[in-house]
Amino acid sequence: MTYLHNIGTYFLMIKEMFRKPTKWSVMKTLIFKDIDDLIMGSLGIVAFISFFVGGVVTIQTALNIDNPLIPKYLVGFATRQSVILEFAPTFISIIMAGKVGSFITSSIGTMRVTEQIDALEVMGINTINYLVFPKFVAMMLYPFVISIAMFLGILGGMAACIYGGFSTLEDYITGVQMDFNTFHITYAFVKTIVFAFLLATIPSFYGYYMKGGALEVGKASTTSFVWTSVMIILLNYLLTQLMLS
Amino acid sequence: MIEVKDLHKSFGETHILKGVSTAFEKGKTSLVIGQSGSGKTVFLKCLLGLFQPEKGTIAYDGKIYSELSDDQKRDLRAEMGMVFQGSALFDSMTIAENVMFPLRMFTKQSKSEMQDRVDFVLKRVNLEDAHNKMPSEASGGMQKRVAIARAIVNHPKYLFCDEPNSGLDPKTAIVIDNLIQEITDEYNITTIINSHDMNSVMEIGEKIVFLKDGHKAWEGSNKTIFKTDNEAVTNFVYSSELFKKVRQMYIEERQ
Repeated sequence: MTYLHNIGTYFLMIKEMFRKPTKWSVMKTLIFKDIDDLIMGSLGIVAFISFFVGGVVTIQTALNIDNPLIPKYLVGFATRQSVILEFAPTFISIIMAGKVGSFITSSIGTMRVTEQIDALEVMGINTINYLVFPKFVAMMLYPFVISIAMFLGILGGMAACIYGGFSTLEDYITGVQMDFNTFHITYAFVKTIVFAFLLATIPSFYGYYMKGGALEVGKASTTSFVWTSVMIILLNYLLTQLMLS
Repeated sequence: MIEVKDLHKSFGETHILKGVSTAFEKGKTSLVIGQSGSGKTVFLKCLLGLFQPEKGTIAYDGKIYSELSDDQKRDLRAEMGMVFQGSALFDSMTIAENVMFPLRMFTKQSKSEMQDRVDFVLKRVNLEDAHNKMPSEASGGMQKRVAIARAIVNHPKYLFCDEPNSGLDPKTAIVIDNLIQEITDEYNITTIINSHDMNSVMEIGEKIVFLKDGHKAWEGSNKTIFKTDNEAVTNFVYSSELFKKVRQMYIEERQ
């Protein structure tokens, strides 16, 4: 029953998010602040992880190809496919569920605990629109982060490939360019947009509806990370089944 | 004026408010007092529209809250100012931005007009030098004064304060009480304060409503509270050793 109640409340929150919009001059400031916190603030960690995980994918692929009949350019091809199809959209989103998700839950949860949300409600403000909508808009720039992750993942793979002596630059680039299917990019960005929506709304839900004190803020952040990750994995499977099979 | 009739509020099986009826007059500072758990905060949150009562009505200058449309409720809420127990300042904004917030949300004033108004109210609460401080850099007393400034900046008709001097030293508490009293007189607003501080009762209790276990157990003023024979009130008022001694002295003086 609790799960059903939570699902219902979540969808009501989504509906409420688009009702009674906050004054544009105020909303604009909130959106820019959230873009700075959620998108710009994540670029560093995303760049770092993407570059090195791209390198690891390349090394592991290269080390597992021990048949001399398999061409060397396959390393570049495998890295591109892994990074674009799964690593950048899904793996980075799980990391973002931890970084951005817990930030959203704890910041909204703290506002709940310290009665800041009550203060907004007393003023007659639609608090869900005020708090969640700017995060939703900011997260619509998430594909920009994922594009960078894709680029740096492939770049990291290239660096690992050349400096590790697994293949030449020409072979790697040939592999990266081989049999390129633009629909894979579409698929990756459709997933990214869906995950961005989850990343903005599920942590907001757990922050907004939390009850209790500081300890519960921590618990809500953990729960929000778990459920955001679960939903990302489930929808990843569903979207892959729908779009690629 | 705020009129409350037969207000009931429950949470699950727990009946918090059990038919509270009273009225709060314009231009007066009214206190709702009672022990912790007596239903004061729930009562205040019902008045603010944060909780929906199951039964009973609340009328703001004749307008019954439950009969208003969503837009009318929103307009009415814009006429309310609230000082929360923990101040509830927005910690991502400076003190000036906190005070300016209601103006940005509900008025079409220019930036300079808003700035002038913020300067005026911050000066009114003796915080003219605190504009650029963050709430975390302000003391408890300063935070309460900022909360008062934010509550009055948009000319409210109704001011609500939930234990405005809790956690403050007695001297600062008196400053806050007097500030609220002065503001109520100056702007002729309806002010309701939740408190269990007897100093506040003595200082500013023009009207006092005493709640016990969700009922209104007594109603009067700071002039009558020390003379009442109501057992619930006397148990509450004379619970501290200081007030017991004051009462003993009063009785001895009369004899």
